[in-house]
Amino acid sequence: MHSKSIAELGAAMRAGEFTSVELTRHFIDRIDRLNGELNALITATPEQALAEAEAADRAIQSGKAGPLAGIPLVQKDIFCTRGVKTSCGSRMLDNFISPYDATVVERLKQAGAVSLGKANMDEFAMGSSNETSYYGPVRNPWDRDRVPGGSSGGSAAAVAARLAAAATGTDTGGSIRQPAALCGITGLKPTYGRVSRYGMIAFASSLDQAGPMTRSAEDAALMLQAMAGFDARDSTCADQAVDDYTATLNDSLQGVKIGLPREYFGEGLESGVAASIEEAIDLYRQLGAEVVEISLPNTGLAVPTYYVVAPAECSSNLSRFDGVRFGYRCEDPKDLEDLYKRTRGEGFGAEVKRRILIGTYALSAGYYDAYYLKAQKTRHLISDDFKRAFETVDVVMGPTSPTTAFALGEKVDDPVTMYLNDIYTIATNLAGLPGISIPVRAVDGLPVGLQIIGNYFNEGKLLNLAHRYQSETDWHRQTPQGFA
Amino acid sequence: MSLDKSDVEKIAHLARMALDESHIEAYVVDLGNILNLVEQLEAADTDAIEPMFHPLHMAQRLRGDEVSEADCREANQQVAPKVENGLYLVPKVIE
Repeated sequence: MHSKSIAELGAAMRAGEFTSVELTRHFIDRIDRLNGELNALITATPEQALAEAEAADRAIQSGKAGPLAGIPLVQKDIFCTRGVKTSCGSRMLDNFISPYDATVVERLKQAGAVSLGKANMDEFAMGSSNETSYYGPVRNPWDRDRVPGGSSGGSAAAVAARLAAAATGTDTGGSIRQPAALCGITGLKPTYGRVSRYGMIAFASSLDQAGPMTRSAEDAALMLQAMAGFDARDSTCADQAVDDYTATLNDSLQGVKIGLPREYFGEGLESGVAASIEEAIDLYRQLGAEVVEISLPNTGLAVPTYYVVAPAECSSNLSRFDGVRFGYRCEDPKDLEDLYKRTRGEGFGAEVKRRILIGTYALSAGYYDAYYLKAQKTRHLISDDFKRAFETVDVVMGPTSPTTAFALGEKVDDPVTMYLNDIYTIATNLAGLPGISIPVRAVDGLPVGLQIIGNYFNEGKLLNLAHRYQSETDWHRQTPQGFA
Repeated sequence: MSLDKSDVEKIAHLARMALDESHIEAYVVDLGNILNLVEQLEAADTDAIEPMFHPLHMAQRLRGDEVSEADCREANQQVAPKVENGLYLVPKVIE
């Protein structure tokens, strides 16, 4: 049951082969048995899941089921879930029971999905290895001594290990695509504003975007369909009609123009990863696509630009954690300043503190122009690179990550080395474009992700290209040993 | 660009965030390395470039000035560290 896709599970339940309660019990049992070795979920909600499954079964029987009726998934712990602990991977919110649901949570519930619990993540989504979580690192199901990627590492590991049919993730600089690549699953970061950010704990508000993490592009299409759309409660949510993502999955790739940015195939890219990507691109040629080399000349500016913009926005967003209205509060504060300072000093971990400090510095008097304003200008250069590219090509293609999953502990003490791991994913967030990562040929038993970047609101094209690849290959069906 | 210990302490104060004394040296090194990375931006010619504050260059939506939110005070205060009579309690500010 746990190896079936969302579409297959839905069809089986509608045909009466099994119920959502049976399916949900099956996943709960897997979580009980297997989550201990991965630490992918940090809060399991089996009772709530079974109640939701019962409701889904009733809806299926009455023929009024939503598109995701009875499908068990996990929510990244960055999404507020009413009545359920929402920690964002931080001690700061270890005691926080959300009084409301995020829009993403609400919409997935309306579509009939069942929530099995909350997935581990880097603290406040700041990390690329899931090692900054207050609840300890997540282990990669393909090799338990390696990282799953981050920040949506728990979501990626849960889907890869078949602890859930799908998961939600968020992506500020690669946090859906990079863990999807390192865990061998499909992860889609939609266009900025495609999915509501309401109730999604804010990290960098001009970059943050939620998306599906699934085993296939078809599943991602089904899930994005439920998640996307206008929401008046998020002032940056796009007021634009949502395409029918499943309708275009099988479109022909004849004449589709794929651009390969030469900057994504240079120094730093592991040779095994490069070979897998080249092989995947060859398949696209065979499917009728035209492949051309392009240039995104300002690629080198993406990581430095991001490490001004994201920390600046983070330092502002995280000022709300002051020990007054919710979350952690230090013991016996002697005055208000002591309350703020010790609450924040004790509640935040090292990486979050680093980013708050960098952001505070970049926004402080006398430095704003040199850092923040400069970075917003280089951001424009990066965005213009893509604008020019999309005048001649339909999609941009390349690796998601320069390497396969690295060892736990390998980069955690060297922030800059860790940051450079996101070199191919960050530019997409700065430009606000959609991007997807899909598994291609593994290297030494470790998954490799192919990234496809599209023009604004062109998620349908990305899912189409991803689905056609997955119709010809079975890399997305591989299961890590011990989780089959 | 490098920072010294007193710079880091000053930034931490601006962020109202206590740093463990024994960790400050590590922050000095890490923040210096991050700022060195960021300094690569200086080489980019941005004289004629407008800053990009929104990825889709979208304008802020406006709405009518009508009450749209329900009163959720009680639910919201259930997760507060300390409340009394609907008010959030903090240490005494004025002696």
